Amino acid sequence: MSGQASAPVSPPLLRVVDLAVEYRTRRGPVHAVRGVSLTVEAGQTVALVGESGSGKSTTAHAVVGLLAPAAHVTAGRVELDGRDLLTAPRRELRALRGLRVGFVPQDPTVSLNPVVRVGEQVAEVLRVHGLADRRTARVEAVEALRRAGLPDPEVRAQQYPHELSGGMRQRVLIAIAMVAGPGLLVADEPTSALDVTVQRQILDHLEHVTTETGTGVLLVTHDLGVAADRAQQIVVMSQGVVVEAGTPDEVLGRPRHPYTQALLAAAPSLRTSRAHALRPAPGEAAPADARLADASSADGPPVGSSRTDARPARAASDTATSASVPVLEVRDLVKDFALSRAAGGGTLRAVDGLGFRVLPGQTVALVGESGSGKSTTARLAVRLADPTSGQVLVDGADVTRARGRALREARRRVQVVYQNPYASLNPGWSVEQLVTDPLRVAREGTRRTRRDRAAELLDLVALPASALGRRAAELSGGQRQRVAIARALALEPAAMVLDEPVSALDVSVQAQVLDLLTDLQTRLGVSYLFISHDLAVVRQVAHDVVVMRRGVAVEQGPVERVLTAPEHPYTAELLGAVPGRRALAAAAAASASVGSAP
Amino acid sequence: MTRYLAVRVAQALGVLWAAYTVSFLVLFALPGDPVSALVGGDSSDVTPEQLDAVRAEYGFDRPLPAQYVHRLGQVLTGDLGRSVATGRPVTELLGEAVGPTVQIAAAGLLVALVVGGGLAVGAHATRHRVLAGLLLALPPLGVAVPSFWFGLALVQLFSFTFPLFPAVGQKGPASLVLPALTLALPTGAVVAQVLSASLRRTLREPFVDTAWAKGAGPTRVHLGHVLRNAALPALTMTGLVVGGLLSGAVVTETVFSRAGLGRLTATSVGAQDLPVVQGIVLLAAVVFVAVNLVVDLVHPVLDPRLPTTARRAARVPAPDRPAELLSAAPAGA
Repeated sequence: MSGQASAPVSPPLLRVVDLAVEYRTRRGPVHAVRGVSLTVEAGQTVALVGESGSGKSTTAHAVVGLLAPAAHVTAGRVELDGRDLLTAPRRELRALRGLRVGFVPQDPTVSLNPVVRVGEQVAEVLRVHGLADRRTARVEAVEALRRAGLPDPEVRAQQYPHELSGGMRQRVLIAIAMVAGPGLLVADEPTSALDVTVQRQILDHLEHVTTETGTGVLLVTHDLGVAADRAQQIVVMSQGVVVEAGTPDEVLGRPRHPYTQALLAAAPSLRTSRAHALRPAPGEAAPADARLADASSADGPPVGSSRTDARPARAASDTATSASVPVLEVRDLVKDFALSRAAGGGTLRAVDGLGFRVLPGQTVALVGESGSGKSTTARLAVRLADPTSGQVLVDGADVTRARGRALREARRRVQVVYQNPYASLNPGWSVEQLVTDPLRVAREGTRRTRRDRAAELLDLVALPASALGRRAAELSGGQRQRVAIARALALEPAAMVLDEPVSALDVSVQAQVLDLLTDLQTRLGVSYLFISHDLAVVRQVAHDVVVMRRGVAVEQGPVERVLTAPEHPYTAELLGAVPGRRALAAAAAASASVGSAP
Repeated sequence: MTRYLAVRVAQALGVLWAAYTVSFLVLFALPGDPVSALVGGDSSDVTPEQLDAVRAEYGFDRPLPAQYVHRLGQVLTGDLGRSVATGRPVTELLGEAVGPTVQIAAAGLLVALVVGGGLAVGAHATRHRVLAGLLLALPPLGVAVPSFWFGLALVQLFSFTFPLFPAVGQKGPASLVLPALTLALPTGAVVAQVLSASLRRTLREPFVDTAWAKGAGPTRVHLGHVLRNAALPALTMTGLVVGGLLSGAVVTETVFSRAGLGRLTATSVGAQDLPVVQGIVLLAAVVFVAVNLVVDLVHPVLDPRLPTTARRAARVPAPDRPAELLSAAPAGA
């Protein structure tokens, strides 16, 4: 846009032209990035958006010259201030890194040297580039940490990375990237490993620092909401190619490429309660539900007609309880952990007087940031840990101190799906072995009936029967999570504890898995205890929500009420931190103009 | 810290006691009689009365439990008994043998750490792929080659073909070179393998990218960042291979005809000189335990994540990372 003026125009801060990167693998080259071009002007923030495998991180790494050994740039130019970095000698590159180009990596928990004090790590940049001697570098490092928003920078500078929280570590990394006053900052998913409120603080701060210094930012993110809130330009990548580029209003308001549209539809922070709409509202009759449930559950009568009655068939047949008996309930739950003397001794109350009920066919969401005690609650609810006090009830029966047979029976009724499908499935087992494992453990059926059941379960989670013979290692993340869900369903549980079931997945896959969960609930009447840090996800799947902070439920109630009219300031803070309000506004404006156009 | 130290020292003493007891059971319950071995297989010129007298002198005539208690009491007062073969006190024999062995063991360990460590770092720091592959192929070869063969090959090459170093004896530092190299080979190979694996893992850590992104040069990245993190497993391994040095000394000292613990072990075992053998076992146990105690104490110094008193904290099931909650709480983050 600065264009074709006859006077010598100063080149843009960063210009990537027709960049192509391929990975050399044993199965031949993989073209990770093909013909990517983008420009970052000084003081401008450009967001590079895409899902994993889209080539966005590879592009960012190529810009800072940190490609993996197997990756090779096969074509294109990366120009910084008009100078091509790809052909520059190594020594020259080294002089630019840290000095002209700052890099903020993805995961702050592993991106700092664990055995070096953080102040020293910041000072190292100045030492490497000969900007300061040992003494002044130390002083300037503390100053940089202060500018990065780290509280008590003098004290923190003397600490090791493991003594800081994730958010603090990311501030240290920002200090490292910014201490030498670079012209360009490349941030590779700088906040995706952080809690949502911390995410907002970090992004706010990054924005503040870079505007102040006029630094150009290349912000890599998978979250369209973050991109919309922070960038002046958005570049959308898919499968190594730029599919769309423009201002946030253009890209989000009038997405032209189908991929952008799909990404937009799937982005959790931008999604309204779409999945929720698939379900009948409370009290409304749901004949379709009954038919589906009838078809899918072999034993027991069809489920009731309204949602509050929609109990799973098994519950109806073996326990003659009234409709209002919760499948899973906890009362006054307390869990203390003994602390080591190094941590100050005493105890840490991870869960403090928590109580909630999961009714048949309903979803209760536990929401909170890391350290809020939500995962501990999940472990207590399935009796993987013993509470200090309080009760856990399954089908109305107290199982807090249950042992042996009673405990096994309770665990049968409440199954678990874990966060990371890459870690929770034995990679060497076939899908059939994985899915039928609970049946084998429960000594249920013969080999043949188990195989039939496995095929049935795969069908339920929308995987082809041909997947039975494949190993977990051959499946994608979304497919793996479907297998994990099928495994949890094998024993026809009344409730499932879902511990962050989609947070390890890409946004479009997330949406599919969430839809599947909603669908399964409608068909089977299974209840969910849904643990999540993501309010946007919770809005889609939950009926009731419990907002946790430091072990205490600060607010609980129906999801519509809590998320639209929060009573507790912390809930409001969480809601405010969800990125993408600008995108929502853009989308709303666009749809309004479309509506009024004809 | 003091409590941690006390616990570790108590554990070390327990290990020593166990080593003593096991060696006593194994050695003294063996068939064969050191006294008969002493006077020779054909005892025609020795009367049974004389044999019994000798046995009584060494205490071999008493029942095993009594012998055990008696000898343990002696050991606690620093008396390891007397050699059956020579009649000299075991402590004296050990004292004479320790010096030369410590010399070649220390030299061998030094060579092993420098060459093995240097090879591992070099292989991972070089951008030359063929060179890296070549360097990484050496440690497995070093583990596979028998050290007596390597020692003989060294003697053949550097004493006979090119007379640079003496083939036998222990006069002067030159005589130390070939035995130290022989001893260093298996140790250095193991150190190089462990360190290589650890370096490979560490190089993939994202913090290495952070270091490169700062504009740091290869020396700073590989030595300042990577090696410092990768050294811990190699350090643990070094503690374990010190025991191997002693058994390596048996072969090395035999090949190079040097006096030392290895030779003393070989002759004492051959002569069924049980008090000496047990003294050697006990000495080896002391060295092993002491070295590993030092390694354990150095670990937290190198890795701040291992505070000595907070080890137990790791056993508390992490709720939602309580440490993070705590560190975050006072700052109000």
